[in-house]
Amino acid sequence: MKRDTTALSSAEKISFSPEMILEFDEIVKQFPDGKEKSAIIRILHIVQTEFAWLSPSAMHAVADYLKIEAIEVYEVATFYTMFHVNPVGTHVFEVCRTGPCMLLGSDDIISYIEDKLKIKVGETTTDGAFTLKTAECLGACGYGPVLQCKYKFHEHLTKEKVDLLIDAYRNGIVEN
Amino acid sequence: MNNRKLLLENIDIQGIESFDIYRKNGGYRSVEKALKKMSPQEIVEEVKISGLRGRGGAGFPTGMKWSFLAKPEGVPRYLVCNADESEPGTFKDRYLMEKLPHLLIEGMITSSYALGANLSFIYIRGEFMYILHILEKAIAEAKANGFLGKNILGSGYDLELRVVPGGGAYICGEETALLESLEGKRGNPRIKPPFPAVKGLWGCPTVVNNVESIAAVVPIVNDGGAAYAQIGIGKSTGTKLISACGNLARPGVYEIEMGMTVEEFIYGDDYCRGIANGKKLKACIPGGSSVPILPHFLVCKTAAGEDRLMSYESLSDGGFASGSMLGSGGFIVFDEDQCIVRNTYNFARFYAHESCGQCSPCREGTGWMEKVLHRLENGHGNMRDIDLLEEINKKIEGNTICPLGDAAAWPVAAAIRHFRAEFEWHVTHPEEAQKRNFGLIQQMVTA
Ligand SMILES: Cc1cc2nc3c(=O)[nH]c(=O)nc-3n(C[C@H](O)[C@H](O)[C@H](O)COP(=O)(O)O)c2cc1C
Ligand code: SF4
Ligand code: FES
Repeated sequence: MKRDTTALSSAEKISFSPEMILEFDEIVKQFPDGKEKSAIIRILHIVQTEFAWLSPSAMHAVADYLKIEAIEVYEVATFYTMFHVNPVGTHVFEVCRTGPCMLLGSDDIISYIEDKLKIKVGETTTDGAFTLKTAECLGACGYGPVLQCKYKFHEHLTKEKVDLLIDAYRNGIVEN
Repeated sequence: MNNRKLLLENIDIQGIESFDIYRKNGGYRSVEKALKKMSPQEIVEEVKISGLRGRGGAGFPTGMKWSFLAKPEGVPRYLVCNADESEPGTFKDRYLMEKLPHLLIEGMITSSYALGANLSFIYIRGEFMYILHILEKAIAEAKANGFLGKNILGSGYDLELRVVPGGGAYICGEETALLESLEGKRGNPRIKPPFPAVKGLWGCPTVVNNVESIAAVVPIVNDGGAAYAQIGIGKSTGTKLISACGNLARPGVYEIEMGMTVEEFIYGDDYCRGIANGKKLKACIPGGSSVPILPHFLVCKTAAGEDRLMSYESLSDGGFASGSMLGSGGFIVFDEDQCIVRNTYNFARFYAHESCGQCSPCREGTGWMEKVLHRLENGHGNMRDIDLLEEINKKIEGNTICPLGDAAAWPVAAAIRHFRAEFEWHVTHPEEAQKRNFGLIQQMVTA
């Protein structure tokens, strides 16, 4: 995994709000005593939703909260593809590129989005609004091509739908 | 064929996702029956009699798996539901959980009671976060109505249910990787034995079952294992959810009685209604991306010329030479315009991406296959490459910690077995292969 070291050094120190801590506490309570670490993935989802990506500082804060080593958080955050360990744009489009979606034209959808946003897969638009990523099978193969943004599925994609979707996200009219 | 529905019967009822409507339509009867009238052992027996086989892919008999669960004194036992649904082509569990969350919760309560678990988990892929919330709502409703928590229905049995998300990793569908992930770690599969039935979650005896397997326990307990075993054909009892995708006129999730013909499933009006846009069928992967691909002439008929049925036995008829597997029920259909080399490359890339990297045959082998297939697909391959793929396959197969290695190797072997001429054509016609599709020509010749 290649790490963006500029992001590492520029990451500001973060701390969690009391509301977030309460939410974490509820999750931790779901597990038997001594098994608090099981809460980590769900907590990372919440942290990423709040701060857009998992900066080293955010991962350290999670480690402090769970009373585990930072490396244990790194290990998890870098293993699971939903976690962004480098900065991303406001809206991250993750387009499925696996077989069943490919049969329905996902490759064309991906190139269309690349052209439209003038970025390649893995890049972020200069205004910071969109990041384009590809994903592996999202479990929605019958409704492809599919993309996911935050936790929302957008299915049966066509070029027209992609146009509308990008406008809708730009104008802040898609709720997550 | 009359097609009974055991799981999805009520799916179109308005509001069925709420406790009240679900209950009014006969929901939670299995919990009442189990807790008030049956011992845990009796339920395990009914599940054995039903002949239910795991719906997650491997098809292992559920009753037998349950009876292997170790029961040491003073050690908790766990039931973990596998809702990772990560096998490409599979999207049935999502459908069931989204529309009928209480069916899964009901199955979890009845099954947990049978296994003597007081804390059970549903591990769901992180991408399905909205379903996690649907399930948590259903759990809260069930609890408010006395079906979860302490002393359920006055029976003295206690149970708590938790939903835990993953973070995007195919390998976490493999049961021991899932347990690692549930413990808050990377999803690296464990070496077996010990099996989860002896040492599973936090080192305690654990049963891992697919969403659909657990849901099927509800009709089994309600109507008895024998009634369930009456449905279906041979050792493929009951109904199966099939998620059909690819180039079909009507893709979607269908509940079928085992034993329906593949032909009816693909072409029948009540099912997929044939290939999209009036095209011809070129190939089919009937059980998710990990199972062998079948060329068109082996889809509806077996090599012996018999009707191919939607069942464990019939789909694997002919072994790897001319058969495939029911797997997870992820039914992927290819029309005449699809390129088999491109598709094989796509899946090889998928497996290379998803390999956890613990064992070298899988880590190196999947990466190698991806590179070789990339060459072939893009017109830079040579004839040696095709044999090379077969060699790599043999080196991966059976030499890895978990079945992902096999899952990556088998589909490539099957594609070459049935479509070798198409691979060779990519080598001999590199430029043409970039522009047009090999189509059905090869199959016409070999059929
Ligand atoms: C790489 C890999 C991925 C798997 N993915 C899933 C999955 O997404 N869902 C599932 O239920 N089983 C999956 N399985 C099978 C599980 O390991 C396990 O056999 C299954 O959950 C057992 O449940 P069952 O007996 O009810 O089928 C996978 C297996 C492997 C090797
Ligand atoms: S076979 Fe592949 S996925 Fe499975 S443990 Fe080995 S490296 Fe990991
Ligand atoms: S292949 Fe795209 S959702 Fe399954």
